[in-house]
Amino acid sequence: MTVNVRFFAIARQTVGEREVEVELKEGSTVQSLWEALLKRFPRLHPMSGSLKLAVNWDYVQPEAVLCDGDEVAVIPPVSGG
Amino acid sequence: MFQMVEEPLDIQAVVKHVSDPAAGAVVTFVGTVRDHARGKRVLSLEYEAYPEMAERMLQRIHEEIRARWDVCKIAVVHRMGRLQVGEVSVVIAVSSAHREEAFKACRYAIDRTKEMVPIWKKEVYEDGECWIGEGGG
Repeated sequence: MTVNVRFFAIARQTVGEREVEVELKEGSTVQSLWEALLKRFPRLHPMSGSLKLAVNWDYVQPEAVLCDGDEVAVIPPVSGG
Repeated sequence: MFQMVEEPLDIQAVVKHVSDPAAGAVVTFVGTVRDHARGKRVLSLEYEAYPEMAERMLQRIHEEIRARWDVCKIAVVHRMGRLQVGEVSVVIAVSSAHREEAFKACRYAIDRTKEMVPIWKKEVYEDGECWIGEGGG
């Protein structure tokens, strides 16, 4: 299956991409996607503790299971206001 | 009303949006661009959002407020793009029958916005720029 991953703010600047597609095994979790992203973009490592992931426009836990076509977002610490 | 807009914010229009015959109070919060941060002189700010998710999170904050206080109307409008010092970055307005609920709900709305809505700001200095996060804003 394929999920679409969007990057924002410092995460976008760090990986140099707005959006990438990632191939995963059926039933993969957010945690396994995250490990795949760190492998593909090692520059994310230093900030990995502060990044959150969202799936289909809501924050998720690492054990959440992904589905084909999901929109995943890499969310750095927010700073609106 | 929950919006992210590129153009300068009209405070009066946001206040008008929460006007309600049942309201005896309107409390507003106006966030503005400050000329200093982290010991540096700030020239401008750049805001970026994940709009689809930001709208959903603002809707959630609205629901959280309604579950806690008896308010009439709530409006949150956030500016995007590049802002100069002194410009308005966010306007929140809450109306309620009595002032206490509006004060509490308005405070809650800006605190939760800063905590969970996917909006980011970059500070631009004379000698560089920096994405802000983790309560640094």
